Amino acid sequence: MSEPILEVRNLVKQYPSVTAVDGLSLAVPAGICFGLLGPNGAGKTTTIEIMEGILTATSGEVTYRGSPLGQRFREEAGILFQKTALQDFLTVRQSISLFRGLYDRGLAVDEVIRLCALEKLADRDNRKLSGGQQQRLLLAIALVNDPALLFLDEPTTGLDPQARRNFWALIQSIKARNKTIILTTHYMEEAELLCDEIAIMDRGRIIAQGAPRRLLHEHFAEVLLELPKQDFPASARALPLRIIDGAERVEITTDDLDATLRTLIDAHVPLTSLRIRPANLEDLFLELTGKELRA
Amino acid sequence: MIRRLLAVWHARNLEFLRDRPTLIFTLLLPIALVVGMSFVFGGRERPVFKIGVVAATINPDSHPFLRERYVEFVPLPDRDAGVQKVQHQQIDLLFEPSGTPRYWVNTDSPKGYIAEKLLLAAAPAAQRQPVTGAAVRYVDWLFPGILGMNMMFSCLFGVGYVVLRYRKSGFLKRLHATPLTAFEFLSAQVLSRLCLILFVTGVLYAGIGAIIHFHTAGSFALLLLLAVLGALSMIALGLTIAARFSSEELVGGLLNLLTWPMMLLSGIWFSLEGSPQWVRWIAAVFPLTHVLEGARAIMLDGAGAVQIAPHLIYLGATALLFLGFGAWSFRWRVE
Repeated sequence: MSEPILEVRNLVKQYPSVTAVDGLSLAVPAGICFGLLGPNGAGKTTTIEIMEGILTATSGEVTYRGSPLGQRFREEAGILFQKTALQDFLTVRQSISLFRGLYDRGLAVDEVIRLCALEKLADRDNRKLSGGQQQRLLLAIALVNDPALLFLDEPTTGLDPQARRNFWALIQSIKARNKTIILTTHYMEEAELLCDEIAIMDRGRIIAQGAPRRLLHEHFAEVLLELPKQDFPASARALPLRIIDGAERVEITTDDLDATLRTLIDAHVPLTSLRIRPANLEDLFLELTGKELRA
Repeated sequence: MIRRLLAVWHARNLEFLRDRPTLIFTLLLPIALVVGMSFVFGGRERPVFKIGVVAATINPDSHPFLRERYVEFVPLPDRDAGVQKVQHQQIDLLFEPSGTPRYWVNTDSPKGYIAEKLLLAAAPAAQRQPVTGAAVRYVDWLFPGILGMNMMFSCLFGVGYVVLRYRKSGFLKRLHATPLTAFEFLSAQVLSRLCLILFVTGVLYAGIGAIIHFHTAGSFALLLLLAVLGALSMIALGLTIAARFSSEELVGGLLNLLTWPMMLLSGIWFSLEGSPQWVRWIAAVFPLTHVLEGARAIMLDGAGAVQIAPHLIYLGATALLFLGFGAWSFRWRVE
């Protein structure tokens, strides 16, 4: 594995009433897409904003290519915040040009516009864009300095499914340019599709870290059975099964599907709405924390 | 650094110039004020003579002339200020009854000529002190005040609210994630606002000046220097308010707290001559007072750099002080 491009050691962020980040350490190797996952309030935005140099940590250290965050980091990092407003009355091209003017080096404005498929919108007022178009513009601004390291903080939150898929395709094309990406999300599908490595956060700490497939393999048997909660009688809870309670459903993990199905049939559990599927990151989070990601 | 500063400066200029309603309002309000005020106060001259008396109060028993009918007597304890009013034909004559009676009359003023005849009928031994000078109408006196007031609002609210809006919307936070420094950002805001204010004030000066047939007595270059320093001082004052706060109510309140006393006490509408000393001390703290006193001295009396140097120095010093404080206390994001 290559040298870490960004490293975080013993990070703590203490607010008067809450510890948002609680002794977090991680290293992001160059050239990968690193996902920071967790539910709302887990501390991922605080963590990523400290990594971006926007927030100051109470204690701990963040280094970029082995040095504390400084001018080089600002020149070489691209950032897409969860929520950003742009200057009023500027077109898409002018908004990009403004940010291009703030960096010593970077891509030509036209190239960024092409990269983010904004050609037809270049002369439109930035306030007259749809949600997906706005995110593409913010991504273009994040790419304007041709960053070595790109931060994407929940980039597809609030987008419709089609816009989200388009955005994923865009991120994959950027990934193909050998950029390092640090992504926070609570969409597990997004993380599974884009991330080479993930860290799952809860209450300001990392509770699991590694490649998504490896983590799933470590924590889960091959399949997962899913039943609506109302179909799962209280008496069935005494059965010798590994049961995880969700908000609306009950999940059972097993490496012997036949035996589990027989047990359920013998206990007269209705199986009309039974769904059998492989475990995913959502299940992993539920398994690790007992909470659903978007709870 | 210059490239980053220019990028922010250019974007801010575009934002302002494309905000048409605000731009139109910025241009139309002062024109409407000047026209309205000159209509209310300028109109037809009242059918009385207005004579200044060098005294704290008017005592009709102190001299027979002070009992004349159809004459408005105005007490003017400061003789020099009174003489200046005679020069500007703001009063028709200045009379000093104490000691050997003396009077100052503007030989260019037709009403001064008549007033002198009236005085000499009552006080034939009064000593004549002739002065000259073209009439200064109220609208001429008001004109620098309106330009200064417009400048003050544009400086304080134009910068204060813009920076606050940028901070609240997260735009400042986004800029903070780039190599742009607080000094570069603030300098770009100050320069952008300065250019826009000079442009707008120039348009208003030419437009209103043409409407009211105004001619500046002094140097345009000196007037420009005064406008630059005055605008810098007031923009920087706006930045000190907007530097760190995120509450619109608080910033709005603080800006009003600054602008209203300046509106009332800086001499926009009426001269502060004759007001209590403590009022003048307070007024002397406000940058706008120095802008207006300097501007009137240049525009109405043709004053030179030496005469208005104290105003220029005060404005330059406060600009540096406020900018330094603003940069020191600046916050990129909502805390």
